[in-house]
Amino acid sequence: MMGRTEARTHRRTANGGNARIRLTVNGEEQDVVFAGYKSLLEVLREDLGLTGTKHGCELGECGACAVLLDGQPVLSCLLLGVECDGARVTTVEGLADGPALSALQAAFADRGAAQCGYCTPGILVTAQALLDRNAHPSREEIAEALSGNLCRCTGYLQICEAVEEAARTGAQGHGTEAAGTEAPRHGGTEKRA
Amino acid sequence: MNVVGKARRRVDGRAKVTGQTRFADDLALPRMLFGKLLRSPLPHARIARIDIAAAAAAPGVRLVLTGADFPIAFGILPVSQDEHALCPDRVRYVGDPVAAVIASSEREAADALALIRVEYEPLPTIASPEEALRRGEPRIHEYGEGGNVHRLAHFAFGDVEPALAQADRVFEDLFFYEGSTHLPLEQHAAVAALDPDGRLTLWSSTQTPHYVHRELARALDLPAHRIRVVATPNGGGFGGKSDVMNHEIVAAKAALVTGRPVKITLTREEVFYAHRGRHPVLMRLKTGVRQDGTIVAMDLETLLDGGAYGSYGAASTLYTGQLQTVTYHVPRYRFRACRAFTNKPPCGPKRGHGTPQPRFAQEVQLDKIAVALGKDPADLRLQQLAAANSVTANWLKLGSTGLRACIERVVDGSAWRVRRGHLPGGRGLGLACGSYLCGAGLPIYWNEMPHSGVQLQLDRSGRVTAFCGATEIGQGSDDVLASIVAEVLGLDPADVKLVTGDTDLTPVDLGSYSSRVTLMMGNAAIQAAERARALLGAAAAKKLQVPVERLVFAGRAVLDAENPAVGMTFQEAVVAAEAEHGTLGTTGSYRPARSPARYRGGGVGPSVAYSYTAAVVEVEVDPATGWVRVPKVWIAHDIGRALNPVLARGQVEGSVYMGLGEALMEEQAFRRLPPRLSGALVHRVPSILEYKSPTSLEMPEVVTYLVEEPDAAGPFGAKEVGQGPLLPVMPAVANAIYDAVGVRVDEVPITPDRVLKALTAKAKGKEGRVGPTAFPRVPWPEALVVPPPWEGGDGRAVNEKAPSRDTLPTRHSGTAGVKV
Repeated sequence: MMGRTEARTHRRTANGGNARIRLTVNGEEQDVVFAGYKSLLEVLREDLGLTGTKHGCELGECGACAVLLDGQPVLSCLLLGVECDGARVTTVEGLADGPALSALQAAFADRGAAQCGYCTPGILVTAQALLDRNAHPSREEIAEALSGNLCRCTGYLQICEAVEEAARTGAQGHGTEAAGTEAPRHGGTEKRA
Repeated sequence: MNVVGKARRRVDGRAKVTGQTRFADDLALPRMLFGKLLRSPLPHARIARIDIAAAAAAPGVRLVLTGADFPIAFGILPVSQDEHALCPDRVRYVGDPVAAVIASSEREAADALALIRVEYEPLPTIASPEEALRRGEPRIHEYGEGGNVHRLAHFAFGDVEPALAQADRVFEDLFFYEGSTHLPLEQHAAVAALDPDGRLTLWSSTQTPHYVHRELARALDLPAHRIRVVATPNGGGFGGKSDVMNHEIVAAKAALVTGRPVKITLTREEVFYAHRGRHPVLMRLKTGVRQDGTIVAMDLETLLDGGAYGSYGAASTLYTGQLQTVTYHVPRYRFRACRAFTNKPPCGPKRGHGTPQPRFAQEVQLDKIAVALGKDPADLRLQQLAAANSVTANWLKLGSTGLRACIERVVDGSAWRVRRGHLPGGRGLGLACGSYLCGAGLPIYWNEMPHSGVQLQLDRSGRVTAFCGATEIGQGSDDVLASIVAEVLGLDPADVKLVTGDTDLTPVDLGSYSSRVTLMMGNAAIQAAERARALLGAAAAKKLQVPVERLVFAGRAVLDAENPAVGMTFQEAVVAAEAEHGTLGTTGSYRPARSPARYRGGGVGPSVAYSYTAAVVEVEVDPATGWVRVPKVWIAHDIGRALNPVLARGQVEGSVYMGLGEALMEEQAFRRLPPRLSGALVHRVPSILEYKSPTSLEMPEVVTYLVEEPDAAGPFGAKEVGQGPLLPVMPAVANAIYDAVGVRVDEVPITPDRVLKALTAKAKGKEGRVGPTAFPRVPWPEALVVPPPWEGGDGRAVNEKAPSRDTLPTRHSGTAGVKV
């Protein structure tokens, strides 16, 4: 199996430009082989099947592609995949603990913070990074942290309220599903651990 | 009620916060190919020759398509079938697609685009409607009202001239409303594939799968039943995905030719070119009032910059005037409108479709009238509100009107009466109102079928599935459907399985436009659910030995209202019903009641209900820089009933946000390159970085009031909330700036340079106003004379040549006949 992968990698590299890196994605360490020109966003979506992270502009203008790289929000459309060798990446798919939504996700769902949901993955990871470094941010700090993520639906207010609610309910870094419809989560996200 | 009115998590909330909502670009199919479109670099040119040989031979390329592959024209409206998926012989704006490459990867397709050689013969360009009126040649299209005029309309709802002559005061103002674009965060994407039986499926980020279905059948010359269109959840629409788009047809054709799945996703730059956004509109508004400010007559002229194609423009043209009568009583009204073709991306419907522009004019002018007459602008409006259940001068039948309550709420909330005119240091308050349709009264093509259909399927597991063609664009249409079915059947919305927006599986719903879904789908859903309840109730009554009228459906159970100990679970009721009646399924349909408007062109404007909104905006203006900051907005919306208050508030706040963007910064503007650089008309800002829109830092505090006066036409009394709340925001900002610093900016966006210009003029003792100063001469046709109800009219035009059914599409008459 390994031999086949290597052979193919070798062949495609010879064709001009395959890359192979080691990446820890949502807590799972793996080898990733991809066309070397690809952005981290394209690697995540096309080579790893993590389509939760979105294209919005490919120019770093909208924030829809935000992911956490070693715990820091980055615009994955502006990073080449090859720059991320050895990194830890957290995407929206890594926020929930199994089937249980994180406190932040539950607050977003309950508070109307996601309308069309397209900007939501980028905003969720950016807000999660904020809460990880500042458990009780002020409204101004939330607005500042999210100012690079455009949302055309909500007007941002319900988003800010959801972050505030998550700060209240998930203060210990352990979110619980609102309304008791799902089991409480038991762990933090990968980057909190 | 157990569901309606309760603040709830939306039924698709979980999918959205886990990243599992599958947007069109998230779809990947085995053997999928990727397409890219080659777009014209010139705003107007003949295509002399296209050489695709090198591109066709490039690595990875499977197919190259050109205009020759798309001989059949299409267009969203039957009266303007003026587009081709790829231009056959002429390009009409920078960005008009001329060829497509389909390749194994998006990169190979993009690389091969550069190998296509197109020889263009440049044509003179038309940059503005004023230029279009001056220069009839070259014609951008061979149809329309002659030259480069696309549509003309002229209505006289009573004779305004004597009324204006006898008015105590006549106010005449010019306004300009710049174009803006939707900027949905999701770039348009489409995936087409042949299923194993050879039938075509298109998954697309469209707000109108039914109309895309019809146009695909036309443009590809395929039987409609061989085509399936699936509307994937839209990552924002705002009207920008309600047209049939070139790339949808190209992807479908490529799948038919190659036999393989094909995906085309637009880049952000391409989304700016695809546009179909807010029309730039120049307006002249003349209003006669009595000394106390009561309107006696209104005379409105509008000039629309339509861009390069028809799109929804024939309807947009009429929307720039038809809803001016639904907020305040206007005894006599003349409305003239002209839409011109220009060599720019086509304009179409954006949130509020054609109505924000004249609403801005009317609400700002009312503010001027109030100032001139020494009246409170709130009182000026309150004294002449259109009456509930009345018929307007242009024959729109109103339903409930909660505008009085809306105005009172925002006036109280903002302490308007003590704070307006008395805020210190460059701060001020402005008030404005608006109203919007709850669904267009007529479909875009004439038919007598339902506008929305819902099917329910129930089986012995207790599962209820609701099928409807309605399209989830983020507004919450899925949640509306689930909550209404759940309310009627005593379930939780999360119990209802949904299948929506799929032309193979769901009954037709016309789409997510004109704020029609809650009212129309909602009424169809009630009918389907009540029929299901009747089947279940009959079987349960028999089994429980209880009269059926005593049964209640609540808490996932069917119970005897007089003795709740007697009952059965919902699932047991379904089992009993399946045993009693056989396989269970019901349908519901909705078609709006006919409008009293019987004149040609009277199909645009009617709706079975209208929402109302009032807003007060507070601004801070920096007199040194002209910078305008908005710290707080109070907004009250007459929604009839809020089915889910969380989502309703979100629509209101989202409207405030988008309205502030239009008021202060957003503009889809163009500039002409110097002759040595081709003289082309180019988009000033085809990128998100330069197309300024508000961020979380610019968003003010918003106090939202939902005024709930149930409307008899709405499901559980509900009216729309997606578009109406946008309307008062822009004029309220302009009025607040006047209150703050005493200058009028009669155009949007109200950018700092414009504020500063007005302040500078005022400081020099000139008129403190910035705005348009001239309205060009338009060859208005003879008026269609339609007497208002109070002048003996019957809804018909007295001078209409042939007795026209209100459905007859017209291309050459002086007035438009398109219904949207």
